[in-house]
Amino acid sequence: MNVLNFVNSFFSDSAHWHGYDGIPARLGEHVRYTLQALLLAAAIGLPIGLVTGHYGRGGNALSLVATAGRALPSFGLLVLMTTLLGFGMLPVMIPLVILAVPPILVTTYEAMRSVDPSPVDAARGMGMHESRILFQVELPVALPLILSGLRSAAIQIVSTATIAAYVSLGGLGRYIVDGLYQRNYEKVVGGATLVAVLALVTLALFWAVARTAVSPGVRRR
Amino acid sequence: MANSLRTPEGPGVLIRIESVTKRYPDGTVAVDRLSMEIPDRSITVLVGPSGCGKTTTLRMINRMVEPSEGTILLDGEDIQRQPVTTLRRSMGYVIQNAGLFQHRTIVDNIATVPRMLGWGKQKARARAAELMERVGLDTALAKRYPYQLSGGQQQRVGVARALAADPPVLLMDEPFSAVDPVVRKGLQDELLRIQEELGKTIVFVTHDIDEAIKLGTMVAVLRTGGHLAQYAPPSELLSSPADAFVEDFLGGDRGIRRLSFFPSGRLELTTGPVIPLDATAEQIAAPDALWLLVTDADGRPLGWSEPGDLAAGDIRPDRLLSHGRPFVPGTDSLRVALDCAVLSPTGWAVAVDTDGRVTGVVSQQTIGEAIRSAHAAGRDDEKVAG
Repeated sequence: MNVLNFVNSFFSDSAHWHGYDGIPARLGEHVRYTLQALLLAAAIGLPIGLVTGHYGRGGNALSLVATAGRALPSFGLLVLMTTLLGFGMLPVMIPLVILAVPPILVTTYEAMRSVDPSPVDAARGMGMHESRILFQVELPVALPLILSGLRSAAIQIVSTATIAAYVSLGGLGRYIVDGLYQRNYEKVVGGATLVAVLALVTLALFWAVARTAVSPGVRRR
Repeated sequence: MANSLRTPEGPGVLIRIESVTKRYPDGTVAVDRLSMEIPDRSITVLVGPSGCGKTTTLRMINRMVEPSEGTILLDGEDIQRQPVTTLRRSMGYVIQNAGLFQHRTIVDNIATVPRMLGWGKQKARARAAELMERVGLDTALAKRYPYQLSGGQQQRVGVARALAADPPVLLMDEPFSAVDPVVRKGLQDELLRIQEELGKTIVFVTHDIDEAIKLGTMVAVLRTGGHLAQYAPPSELLSSPADAFVEDFLGGDRGIRRLSFFPSGRLELTTGPVIPLDATAEQIAAPDALWLLVTDADGRPLGWSEPGDLAAGDIRPDRLLSHGRPFVPGTDSLRVALDCAVLSPTGWAVAVDTDGRVTGVVSQQTIGEAIRSAHAAGRDDEKVAG
């Protein structure tokens, strides 16, 4: 039996397409976890990254926090949080958000720092307010890099959200955890394939967002 | 709308800098007790080597840099009295590399300040289009993005953006330093033309003394440490530099360069050695000159020849020596006339009218006399573009 056979039989089994353990339901859960974690991480990482990047201060502190965040093992954190807080959504969200904040924070900061200073100088010299400089001069130019930070955060969340299944929650991790437990490798491979496809779809979505949100003057085509 | 950019009536805005010092926390003094009056409706150039505080001085006028001591008065009022954004919106600001917003189209770049002042989108864009024409940009470029424009075009957009809300004051920080010499000359000529139409109070920073002399009504030479070495009209700067530093900074041929400020209209021309292509033997012999200038039927110059080489009725234009570049008396300066004489194979410069017809010739000697009398006549000669 090779992997493709596993994939084929997993997806052709009609039992995997409906019910609370069906692909649509598990996919829905996984997407929901991902979006929740990404929104929370963005709500923390974007404002801090934008403001510190605009004023050019706190870069060292940021990279320290980011390195620490990256060094924390998500799975270990999940176990610790569950022990401390019990079962539920919160112990899952905490490691996912901690995983996603560093790429968003650091790339946003770097994106703002890498904006050509002369348009900012020109804007300030013509009497533009600082907030307007941030949102109307720097942000549009920094946007492609900021989006790439959000994208790598999203991809990491998509693949790591599988750990939710270890603490009795749903998502695509369910197939992998249950499959391993039941020695049902068809299920394991099927679940992993779904995670990979979702990651690719995420990539495509970010590409589409970048196409529409980034000015042609910045994209240079 | 159409005449909204005409020169406003009444006096312009003059700027007074009163013993202003800028000292940085590390003790560096960028500008040291600088006092100067910047006249209204004229171009005042701040020039000097790097580290002389010229950019710092400019940036103190729109409070991008706050002075440590001293005051700057705008039309008699302390610039600290009004909110910084209000102050800056009353002054156009042009910087090196233009500093355009790359995510906005050209027309929206130019419309930035009017939009900030609350103009409607249509009105702001109409103004922007009007300004594109004024600074010599094809309005077909309106929907392009900055990266699609050349450096010179981008700088024109920078100037248009600074002029958009019709501010009385224009601050320009090395605006033409990053473009090649040919484009730079075009931009300088354009600025002089625009200034003639609009009459702004322009403060212009450059490290290029030739640019300072070409553009400045007044030129302030600053020396390292933020001291004012000399503040004078360019012609005076060239004729009597205040000290060795200014003289050194002006460069070697300031005598020749100063000739740009003297008109060539008063040169004594002679038509004696000018003969037509179909000249008779008498016409060739009569002038008793070493060189004769042959002209075509319309009076345009064909070339020089020695009288002995010319045969009446059979003057061959291809056998003549080049007449070199002619000058237009009244339009061109003495410097151009001298240059024409120096470049001429005969040592004579050819003067033509605006249609290119010969009005006479003049020798290096005569030009030399004119230079001596111009120097003697003093400094009240009108500045002509050289």
